[in-house]
Amino acid sequence: MNAPADQPNFAATLADPLVINGTAYRSRLLVGTGKYRDFAQTREAVIASGAQIVTVAIRRTNLGQDANAPSLLDTLPPSEFTYLPNSAGCYTADDAVRTLKLARELLDGHALTKLEVLGDANTLFPNVRETLKAAERLVADGFQVMVYTSDDPIIARELEQIGCVAIMPLASLIGSGMGILNPWNLRLIIEQSKVPVLVDAGVGTASDAAIAMELGCAGVLMNTAIALATDPVRMARAMRLAVEAGRDAFLAGRMPRKLYAASPSSPTSGLIG
Amino acid sequence: MSFDLVVNGKVQRLPSQPATVAELVRALNLVGKRIAVERNGEIVPKGLYDRTTISPHDRFEIVAAVGGG
Repeated sequence: MNAPADQPNFAATLADPLVINGTAYRSRLLVGTGKYRDFAQTREAVIASGAQIVTVAIRRTNLGQDANAPSLLDTLPPSEFTYLPNSAGCYTADDAVRTLKLARELLDGHALTKLEVLGDANTLFPNVRETLKAAERLVADGFQVMVYTSDDPIIARELEQIGCVAIMPLASLIGSGMGILNPWNLRLIIEQSKVPVLVDAGVGTASDAAIAMELGCAGVLMNTAIALATDPVRMARAMRLAVEAGRDAFLAGRMPRKLYAASPSSPTSGLIG
Repeated sequence: MSFDLVVNGKVQRLPSQPATVAELVRALNLVGKRIAVERNGEIVPKGLYDRTTISPHDRFEIVAAVGGG
């Protein structure tokens, strides 16, 4: 029933893929897989989001009686989705590199990875010194590094020079849902970067995602905004539409802002009376 | 005779000493699971489980992919 209305969008997104290190993705929305009620809801929300790239964390496996519990990889088979293992929870370059090497072994040599080195357990603000160190080591080791960082354009440039394949500044703090707090810094990073810039962290609702895309971001990565919505599956769909709408608005080029126009949309002549 | 080995930061009591990482993976019911194994801080590639021997003081980390953002 919705097919005719959806088709033009679909065609547009096909013609305008997100390209990361030479690989094209139809969806510009990347989603995390944490904080859902259960695996069934995780899958339903990921599918509603239209995301092709999903982030996962690497943790000690359950031993003993829990060894046969269902796994995330059964829920979201790597044949259907591109996995983006992260180093979430790491506070040093050493831990992040170690975690991502384990992820690469786990995923049979899959080199696309999300580097994240945190600096503070309360705010989850990134530690950019450790992030830079880890990025250098990972790039040298053949990883394709999508890097979570602050919205500092100088650090973003250094991460690009190191060889990261995508720069992912925060819009606001992880899990905060505070939205796009510094659109001007994001603009600076987008303008200077030759690799895709994705907002990672801070999106709270659909309009935040649309604003990120209207600023010219190549994509948006989110987890909490969907998983902690009252209806995560519906929010996942909202985010898909917001990212598509924001991208289209960016490509379309918005009209200039004016305090007033004195130029109504209806003709000024031919009025009765 | 049981055998104690540190896996994921905890002592695991196994029925007997596994000779190789492949045997350890079997003993922990992890055959066929998507995991990665570290022995004393070094990754053991899947292809080398059979050939990697185990000493009593080895420390293992065995990880899996879980939900995350």
